[in-house]
Amino acid sequence: MDIAFIKQYIPMYVEAGKLTLGIAFLGILFSLLIGFAASLILYYKLPIWRRVVQIYVELSRNTPLLVQLFFLYFGLPKLGIRFSSELCGVIGLSFLGGAYMTEAFRSGLSTVQKIQKESAQSLGLSKGQIMRYIIFPQALSVSIPAIVANMIFLIKETSVFSGIALADLMFVSKDLIGLYYKTEEALLMLVISYLIMLLPLSILGNVLERRMRISYV
Amino acid sequence: MEEIVQEQLLEIKDLEKSYEDDSPVLKDISLSVKKGEVVVLLGPSGCGKSTLLRTIMGLERIQGGEILLEGKNIVGKSEEARKERQNLGMVFQSYDLFPHMSILENLLLAPMKVQGRKREEAVQEARELLARVHLSDKENAYPSMLSGGQKQRVAIIRSLMMHPKLMLFDEVTAALDPEMVREVLDVVMELSEQGLTMLIVTHEMGFAKAVADRVLFLEGGKILEENTPENFFQKPDTERAQQFLQNFSYVSHRHVGR
Repeated sequence: MDIAFIKQYIPMYVEAGKLTLGIAFLGILFSLLIGFAASLILYYKLPIWRRVVQIYVELSRNTPLLVQLFFLYFGLPKLGIRFSSELCGVIGLSFLGGAYMTEAFRSGLSTVQKIQKESAQSLGLSKGQIMRYIIFPQALSVSIPAIVANMIFLIKETSVFSGIALADLMFVSKDLIGLYYKTEEALLMLVISYLIMLLPLSILGNVLERRMRISYV
Repeated sequence: MEEIVQEQLLEIKDLEKSYEDDSPVLKDISLSVKKGEVVVLLGPSGCGKSTLLRTIMGLERIQGGEILLEGKNIVGKSEEARKERQNLGMVFQSYDLFPHMSILENLLLAPMKVQGRKREEAVQEARELLARVHLSDKENAYPSMLSGGQKQRVAIIRSLMMHPKLMLFDEVTAALDPEMVREVLDVVMELSEQGLTMLIVTHEMGFAKAVADRVLFLEGGKILEENTPENFFQKPDTERAQQFLQNFSYVSHRHVGR
């Protein structure tokens, strides 16, 4: 194992890690927004929109992210629409993550009993107030584990970004292996980089889940 | 002799309700409730009495007829109807407290968010009501820490916080352990003594007899009989009501000591 080599290229991994995290952060943010909006459409059974969401979720969850990215990066330019690698990464991740987050929110909303809505209605609360104060807080505590799992999943999915020429962690590692044949060193740094990003999130998820449970009993 | 003219609070005219498959649940229901009156709805399960309460509360769609509170329409999704329905309170069979909020927060939510009342003032009223139902020590507890009877008492005062003109009780003791029924019904009795107008669905016959000013007997989505509690429980007019009441009395077939 070439320690000097590892030391030399740590800054490169830090840079790639920052890029990966930046895109992942934006992708997760938009995923949450899409998921929240789409789950409300499903919850309120909005006509037409509901079908759109269902089709979107199925389409997005049943095609690999790499294929979605190829479509954005290589397909759309043929139609005259050209995005940068970074933008493709954010759009692709949001498209995929939005569908998973929709499911996470939807399953949470579906666990809130009808009587909760009815008793809130009987107290005169409006539809919006019922969602905000009664249904959403209860649904969220059920959804949190799935949401955190989705975040971890989405960060891991960024490893396919190298396929659209994004200089992410995977891209850097493949580069170093190709240039210097330092396979073990490059892969070790890759694994450690992902662990550094994901372990804290995983621990945070566990803590949140436990706290949510405790506050109920 | 002077007759006391009591104001009609609730008026239902020719109410029709059926489910999506067209099977009728309520047929041609007309009734009125005067201010301060306690009306008890009795009838076999599935007769439509719970549905009737739910339609009054606006939780069910109706196919025909009118429901008026002090002469104003309370049916439908319009803002006016929703505003008027804020004068109604309802307590359900299943414990319906909000599990993610403390007891005090449960009591404060609607007065503050719907009526826009000040927190301090609402807290004061909440504490007075909690004391009245002997739950002062529970204000910071969460619903899951309470017994069924305690939860129902909180549910009742949560509705009272909104100062309803009419309270609807839908089998509020049906899911309770027998020893907890009393503590809840005592609260309802107390409210009737204070002159609160109530429409009550119950299976507790002793309670019904004690609390009711008037009894309505429903079957098959229709009002079959309307009577005073004294007459109804001693000698109901209809045969169906007689049969119904027999379900609640037991004749001993044992011949011990003969």
